[in-house]
Amino acid sequence: MTDTTMPAPRLSLTQRLKRPRALIVLSLLMVIPLIAYVMFGEPLARAGIREIVLIPAIPATLILYALAMASWRESWVAILGGTLVFFWVFVAVSVPFLPLLDPNKPIRPFAPPGTEVGDITFWLGTDLKGRDMLSRMLWGCQRVLVWGVTATAVAYVVGCIFGLIAGYISGIWDEIISFISNVLLSFPVMVLFILILNYLGPSGFNIVIAVTFASAPAIMRIVRGLALDNKTRDYVFAAQTRGEHPFRIMVVELLPNVRGPIIVDACLRLGYTTVAITTLTFLGLGLQPPDADWGLMIKEASNLMVWQFSYMLLIPALAVSSLILGFNLMADGLREMSLRD
Amino acid sequence: MNDVTPVLECRNLSISYYVRAGEIPAVVDFNLKLMPGEAHGIVGESGCGKSTVALAVMNYMGNNGGITNGEILFEGRDMRTMSAEELRQIRGSKISMVYQEPMASLNPAMRIGEQLAEVPLYHEEETSKEAAYDRAAQMLAKVRLPDPLRIMNSYPHQISGGQQQRVVIAMALLANPRLLLLDEPTTALDVTVEAGIVELIKDISSEFGTSMIYISHNLGLILETCDRLTVMYSGEAVENGSITDVFNNMRHPYTRGLFSSIPLPSADKNARPLLPIRGQLPLPHERPDGCYFGPRCDYFEAGRCDQGLIPMEDTGAGERHAVRCTRYSEIDWSKPLELPDAGDPVEAGDVVLNVQQLQKHYEIETGGLFLSGEKKTVKANEALDFRAREAETVAIVGESGCGKSTFAKVLMGLEAATDGKVTLDNVELGQLAVQKRDADTISRLQMVFQNPFDTLNPSHTVGNQIGRVIRKFGVETDREKVEQRVHELLDIVKLPRDFAKRRPRQLSGGQKQRVGIARAFAGDPKVVIADEPVSALDVSVQAAVTGLLMDIQRENRTTLLFISHDLSVVRYLSDRIVVMYLGRIMEKGTTDEIFTPPYHPYTEALLSAVPIADTSVKKRKVVLTGELPSPANPPSGCVFCTRCPYAMPGVCDVTAPPVREFAPRHNIACHLEPEQLTAMEPVITIEEEKAA
Ligand SMILES: Nc1ncnc2c1ncn2[C@@H]1O[C@H](COP(=O)(O)OP(=O)(O)OP(=O)(O)O)[C@@H](O)[C@H]1O
Ligand code: SF4
Ligand code: SF4
Ligand SMILES: [Mg+2]
Repeated sequence: MTDTTMPAPRLSLTQRLKRPRALIVLSLLMVIPLIAYVMFGEPLARAGIREIVLIPAIPATLILYALAMASWRESWVAILGGTLVFFWVFVAVSVPFLPLLDPNKPIRPFAPPGTEVGDITFWLGTDLKGRDMLSRMLWGCQRVLVWGVTATAVAYVVGCIFGLIAGYISGIWDEIISFISNVLLSFPVMVLFILILNYLGPSGFNIVIAVTFASAPAIMRIVRGLALDNKTRDYVFAAQTRGEHPFRIMVVELLPNVRGPIIVDACLRLGYTTVAITTLTFLGLGLQPPDADWGLMIKEASNLMVWQFSYMLLIPALAVSSLILGFNLMADGLREMSLRD
Repeated sequence: MNDVTPVLECRNLSISYYVRAGEIPAVVDFNLKLMPGEAHGIVGESGCGKSTVALAVMNYMGNNGGITNGEILFEGRDMRTMSAEELRQIRGSKISMVYQEPMASLNPAMRIGEQLAEVPLYHEEETSKEAAYDRAAQMLAKVRLPDPLRIMNSYPHQISGGQQQRVVIAMALLANPRLLLLDEPTTALDVTVEAGIVELIKDISSEFGTSMIYISHNLGLILETCDRLTVMYSGEAVENGSITDVFNNMRHPYTRGLFSSIPLPSADKNARPLLPIRGQLPLPHERPDGCYFGPRCDYFEAGRCDQGLIPMEDTGAGERHAVRCTRYSEIDWSKPLELPDAGDPVEAGDVVLNVQQLQKHYEIETGGLFLSGEKKTVKANEALDFRAREAETVAIVGESGCGKSTFAKVLMGLEAATDGKVTLDNVELGQLAVQKRDADTISRLQMVFQNPFDTLNPSHTVGNQIGRVIRKFGVETDREKVEQRVHELLDIVKLPRDFAKRRPRQLSGGQKQRVGIARAFAGDPKVVIADEPVSALDVSVQAAVTGLLMDIQRENRTTLLFISHDLSVVRYLSDRIVVMYLGRIMEKGTTDEIFTPPYHPYTEALLSAVPIADTSVKKRKVVLTGELPSPANPPSGCVFCTRCPYAMPGVCDVTAPPVREFAPRHNIACHLEPEQLTAMEPVITIEEEKAA
């Protein structure tokens, strides 16, 4: 009997990399070193491996970028957005290895872009403390990306859990969860952020908490709707009549089928979170000096109301806009592609 | 005959849609000649281009479709040369169309009277408002709607689906069209309601002199309504002729395959099994060269059948009878087809499943948003009582809302019974939710679902989904053994083994349903419930899937509970039948007992309503009036009394009928005297001389 069946066709390397499990591993390889580098920099530095942890992230980023470009060929919007986003991710994981000046070392204040001092050229000038703007701008993307991705991811985990429970188990759980999320959604987002951060104090981890409170209710609503729609499908009945545990039905049967719309929403939400973190830092409620950060750079430059020094404001602002634009374009492109087939 | 201008003529018509993937030829080289007063049927499976033809005639091709070749002549004039204004005129007043969904043609925010009166007001300038309303009311009476004045004052959502479809037909006829296009007008309706509409459609041409094009996937309906028909396959007309020519002297292998794969009264799973057409419909961009039916045809001859466009040829015999097959004259059409092995009848074993006085009531809240109104009880199942033996097939038959699916849910433990008992091998299941059942009980009771597009989880591979059942029920636990078992199951449902690695979206509907069957049988169940397992599949794949289900059942001596609304399928495959109406059992007995008198009046009507695609079958007409009552508000006494032709006022609408036993385990719930029931004439008779 066995000899009548065809052998499974060998998958090419690209096809194997495109399978969901490979993609997840690659994404984790890209993100986890970066998170470790930024969040646990000091213990890693003491162990003397701070830079080394980033090394696996560089090839992972490049492979993911190549795969993304190959499969998004039909949407130039997605290509453009993906390129912007991956550019910044690549900068984030490789910036310690780039030939840059120390971003925290004051050299010569108020040097306009293109100034040459000795054999050093300040392509983008220096800031008011004399630190190299190019270096600060490139280093600055690390913190925004890491805290933005972490906060969004945590908000997603929380939103998905509650959304699945509200949608699948329904009943009284749905009522409680929906009520709480409606209350949270009725606050203006910034008010919610400021309230939470004033109460908890400014820090990266507290930003994560604040973003979770602000975003999870909306995510919960999306997931709840999708779960409600999917739970009347026969495959869910089939799992129920097999006696599967509700937890398994939620995670194994429902979750994978709601991922499409969620991924699109996640890209948009990464954009919002980036805006929020930058704004909060600008307000002094977020990340703290001295490390380079776009929000901090804007905050420091905003005190100088002189046209001549507007480059100090413009450079970080353009950087942050390009990242947000990247996320938004990527979301648009992904949605466009998902609607097509 | 020749000097009469046809109402509609399509000459070498080809129609394409343009999508991202390129051009999709939806209809290729289509010819049709429709004479005044004639009713022409177009029959074919989903996606074969039936509706495209109708839309092209209506000139509603959308912005991505267009006629690529050929012409459409309406009353002898080419429609492509007409001005936009002329086309609009013709569309409104000379050609009307009725769609499958009645609500698609009705405005939900307008009273029916207004909508109907608009038609004469719009098309005839000097009509007064009163005259228009009068004509609308008359037309409603002509389409046999009771109480036209009440209906004129209702909004569309206030009347039932069958009534809506009658209103749509009335609206189409009000313009006094020369041509009426009906696109599956009864598919969304229940069988007994459908029968009433079919009666109406049949009389349209004689009563109004309108020519008709009737589109359907059901050959039986075409037989009842049309004079001529075109059989379509994958965008091409393959056979064209009068009803008698095509039904009795078909000359195309596909037509013949279609007839031998649908269950007819003469078919019986043991004596004359169905002969499925192998393979599946090609996608429009994957059609083979030459004859599109080639890969599935038993008479395929390389070199002749796979080259060029095969032309439509007149057979010479019959009346304008043409086929698209190079070999039609060489095939011996009188030689009977080789039927698959029938297999011996299976002896039923002990009682496996015992349902006693089962009751399921739903409490629903009526009233608005804030007023928590009174509670109402929907009696979805009431006093169900029957048994199923090992290796037996028990069919549960009834129209929508009769409580078939509710029963399945109670049995599977997704809902708790309100009262009564269900025992499976001495385990009481009625109150036992699925979470509380032990793995053994669960694995003994499995289900095949209705909708092939929903039955598999789109995110997991076929192998994973079957493997999960095997692991869950502890049939095998070892990874390799599980895989081995998955492969065996795929062999059983006749799918290639490498399908284990595929995801559901890479499978056709029939293939998905096979995987669904494999999954249901993966845990070696004793009882399998199949809820309309083939009704969503194409006709030519239905037979294969049904046959497969029966083979596996026979092999494993499984008890099969087959839920269906289609009496032809049920007659073909079941040993016993339970007929339900509004949650109650009307009649139960063996298949023969159900199909021969004595009948329950509802069974009689149901039998008469089923369209049968066989010219040698004569049916006695029993057309029910009225519509299905709502289960939330069933009639008192006998629930069938509002529609029963025999209803005795004062008796039937007051007291619930007694259940009489006519033979061991053949029960009928009716007030009529046993002699009256026994004296009923058979509904379906086969004319012997023609059949022979
Ligand atoms: N959860 C529920 N709550 C209230 N009423 C329900 C519920 N489920 C089913 N019903 C009602 O019970 C009746 C029987 O429903 P059921 O789904 O069993 O019918 P069916 O014969 O399977 O119909 P179809 O052939 O259309 O699927 C219907 O009137 C339905 O509205
Ligand atoms: S042309 Fe050939 S393949 Fe097509 S139906 Fe006729 S015999 Fe079969
Ligand atoms: S009891 Fe009366 S209404 Fe019911 S089926 Fe019999 S005759 Fe008809
Ligand atoms: Mg149902």
